[in-house]
Amino acid sequence: MAYGSKAKEFYQNELKNIATAGLSKEERYIRSPQGADIKVEFPQGAPEMEVINFCANNYLGLSSHPEVIKAAHQGLDNRGYGMSSVRFICGTQDIHRELERKLTEFLKTEDTILFPSCMDANAGVFDVLLDREDAMIADKLVHASIVDGMRLCKAQQYVYKHSNMDHLKEKLKESQENRLRMIITDGVFSMDGDIAKLDTICDLAEKYDAMVLVDDSHSTGFVGKTGRGTHEHCGVIGRIDIITTTLGKALGGASGGCVSGRKEIVDLLRQRARPYLFSNTVPPVIVSAASKVLDIISRTTERRDKLEKNTLYFRKKMTEAGFDIKEGIHPIAPIMLYNAKLSSDIARDLYYEGIYVIGFFFPVVPRGEARIRVQISADHEMTHLNKAIEAFTKIGRKYDILGKNKKEIIEKYGM
Amino acid sequence: MDDVKQIIIDYIRKEFLEDDSDMEINENTSLISSGIVDSFSMVSLKTFLEKKYKIQIPDTKATPEAFDSVKHIMSLLKEYVNI
Ligand SMILES: Cc1ncc(COP(=O)(O)O)c(C=O)c1O
Repeated sequence: MAYGSKAKEFYQNELKNIATAGLSKEERYIRSPQGADIKVEFPQGAPEMEVINFCANNYLGLSSHPEVIKAAHQGLDNRGYGMSSVRFICGTQDIHRELERKLTEFLKTEDTILFPSCMDANAGVFDVLLDREDAMIADKLVHASIVDGMRLCKAQQYVYKHSNMDHLKEKLKESQENRLRMIITDGVFSMDGDIAKLDTICDLAEKYDAMVLVDDSHSTGFVGKTGRGTHEHCGVIGRIDIITTTLGKALGGASGGCVSGRKEIVDLLRQRARPYLFSNTVPPVIVSAASKVLDIISRTTERRDKLEKNTLYFRKKMTEAGFDIKEGIHPIAPIMLYNAKLSSDIARDLYYEGIYVIGFFFPVVPRGEARIRVQISADHEMTHLNKAIEAFTKIGRKYDILGKNKKEIIEKYGM
Repeated sequence: MDDVKQIIIDYIRKEFLEDDSDMEINENTSLISSGIVDSFSMVSLKTFLEKKYKIQIPDTKATPEAFDSVKHIMSLLKEYVNI
């Protein structure tokens, strides 16, 4: 044991710096299943509160759906708890392959490989597909897991300004010399809820001979007419070479991720992707439940339709109430407050009104772009939405921000 | 010298700032803590400098501190090229 005073003090100091910068994260204990109504203990040790949840990625409200829970039980009963092995030794059951087939069918791709998480999918995919002489051309705001995956890959990095297609074009021109090239973007960007311009991206990719990878974690299951994702929404089904996505959000929300796309790409990942080779995949319970989720959303678009209706209603009412909301159609509705303290003060006040939301500020979003990110779910009923709108209006009035635009809010509260 | 300074500022402006941004950048502007450059875009800045001046900056030298202002970047460059 050599955890001496040097290491201890070093870590204590790091923690102190995080705290001084006001960046400490604190977990909130939820004492109920995930859903629209949850019981929360916050701060730790405080009495339990019943609140309406507006910060889960439970877009389709399937996290605690009875059919999904039943399928999880069946998975446990029929295929056991754990595999005690990675996929290629003795960790693959028939139901793993069946889930991969269902994902392929749902996403309308050629094949799919499961990963322990989408973080792992993104961490593993680039290093397998690209090498030193190749190029990765990524949107500046791609998810942290993609940034990490790109770091693990030797290919040359190019970054284009967020959703700036002219800049992307420049980067494609700059990288003409590279052997293989891949454009990399999130389908939906999780802080603003904006959708990548996949139609233009695909056009450019074809013109400049580059592949396209889209992380559709915040879209799979509900974006697009039948919920297939941003490729459906943008009319580019069949033109995206690689989709990475998660089972940890709309698709039941437990855990797991996948890479879905061109057959050769998926085959090669099965040979070489390190998180697939060296880590256990999702357990039978989750496989069985996720499989049921795909059955449900393939059978009917009822839940995504309700989510869409909820989203439009909430966005409309909140705009009418005088809030400054980033425009869009996604169930991520960013209520812009610009000032970090204001965003956390309002989130705290809302909590005591029974509305569970979180303030986001630098470094999660750019300085002066603080906001409360509201996430709508198909589990929300009109009563939930109306309660939230009422509470927001009450607190908005208290801070006198209703009807105020960016400039006026900043004048009042600073950046 | 001033040339190099201008080249770096122009690059940062063109690559990292939005077209309508009115942010002022001079040699002392803090690039990392202001959020203009993050660890992600730092790599493209490093690659740009390496290509432009035909040098190799080891990853160990490419720290957020070394890239926190144009001035810092220039002193880093001076270790590898005669500017
Ligand atoms: C865009 C995006 N990609 C990947 C992930 C990681 O997903 P998982 O929880 O499956 O690792 C997330 C989750 O935060 C995400 O938002």
